[in-house]
Amino acid sequence: MIFVDNVTKRYKTRAGNNTVLDNISLQINKGEKVGILGRNGSGKSTLIRLLGGVEKPDSGTITRSMSVSWPLAFSGAFQGSLTGLDNLRFICRIYGTGIVDKIPRVKEFSELGTYLHEPVKNYSSGMKARLAFALSMAIEFDCYLIDEVMAVGDRRFHDRCRYELHEKRKDRSMILVSHNPKEIRKHCTVFYVLNQSRLRRFDDADKAYNYYQTI
Amino acid sequence: MINSFLHSLSVQQRVIGALLRREILTRYGRNNIGFLWLFVEPMIFTMVLTAIWSVRRAGLEIPVVTFAITGYPIAMIWRNSVSRSKSAISPNNALLYHRNVKVFDIFAARILLEITGSVASFFFLVMLFNFSGMIQPPEDLLKILFGILLTAWFGAALALVIGSLAERFEVVNRLWSPFSFFLFVTSGVFFLVDWLPPIAQKYILWLPTIHGVELVRDGYFGRLFNTHYNIAYLSFWNMFLSLLGLALLRQAGRNVEIS
Repeated sequence: MIFVDNVTKRYKTRAGNNTVLDNISLQINKGEKVGILGRNGSGKSTLIRLLGGVEKPDSGTITRSMSVSWPLAFSGAFQGSLTGLDNLRFICRIYGTGIVDKIPRVKEFSELGTYLHEPVKNYSSGMKARLAFALSMAIEFDCYLIDEVMAVGDRRFHDRCRYELHEKRKDRSMILVSHNPKEIRKHCTVFYVLNQSRLRRFDDADKAYNYYQTI
Repeated sequence: MINSFLHSLSVQQRVIGALLRREILTRYGRNNIGFLWLFVEPMIFTMVLTAIWSVRRAGLEIPVVTFAITGYPIAMIWRNSVSRSKSAISPNNALLYHRNVKVFDIFAARILLEITGSVASFFFLVMLFNFSGMIQPPEDLLKILFGILLTAWFGAALALVIGSLAERFEVVNRLWSPFSFFLFVTSGVFFLVDWLPPIAQKYILWLPTIHGVELVRDGYFGRLFNTHYNIAYLSFWNMFLSLLGLALLRQAGRNVEIS
């Protein structure tokens, strides 16, 4: 379970403090699929970062009693001069898991072949996305934070991502952030709309979607 | 409570270890010139200084090569660690996406690697010049080790201070270069404190860097000249900078914008 209690997050800007999240609370249970809708810049990614423990809230608390992934959308953190395999080793070391048994699966999913031994700077953007996703799937979590993961890659890649996340790991919790309501409607059971630093909960996709249309 | 502390400690150890391996690969990489450079640069400097001094200061009572080798490589210990820590965060920014990776860990890995490299380079050069017969073996190894330890501590603490400040204020980044040159020139790379007039000695000894160099030189060939250093004074600086560095780092960690 993730328990978010009265969390506020502000960022300093030149025009003063910008309150991105204002006193929001929510609870994510084990196995629950949560969709978060919001316009660009409404604070979706900030919320994901807070849930993932990447950033700390300015006030309020976030308690995690299950293992939570890092925000999956991000394909960064690749040092250009390191190979795909180096990056896998790094991730495994950070999360304290074995490496050897992960290599074949990452190879298989990323479809990088011998490029796994090449520096990442020689990869195409599609290859980078595949590697990023394969690395995310190499470590098992109870809850996955997914921030617009489907924004890159081709159809085949999307299908494989969907299979890995929504079929193979359908017993896990998922928090899906998107401005594409179709994606969220398909995979989630609980919906939140983020608007003007506030979070509103809906148990029905249509209601959430209608509200989202009005803002 | 002690258990959760031990758990955190083991996580941190693991993360710093992983970052270290990553740093080694990116810095010294698979084309090994970076690794070689660690030894070549102080070696060239030592040789150039030796060449100049052999002409100009002929008849000097202290051995020139020993003097050079106990200067530049020692100053490199703090200089390298600071200059690397200045740019520690931005290229590794995205790593902070992994909850376990903290700003401190990124700094720690960089500083550890830099200091280890510089110290290894010093010992390698000392051994190389010893085997080639250009210098005599040291008088007191313990003093040398202690001097290096204090200098390394100074370097690590200063790296935390400058690194965290540079992350927030671009001007610190710019000013470091002249400031480090000043520290470098006054750190005894080119002179012994004993050569200076007493009034200059008094002021130069306010600077922390010179104490480490004098201590190392005392260990290496202190019999041949009068050394001036104060271990307590340098330790005080180190402790002060460590506390300041940790406090600034905490601030910097909060303000880092994660891309």
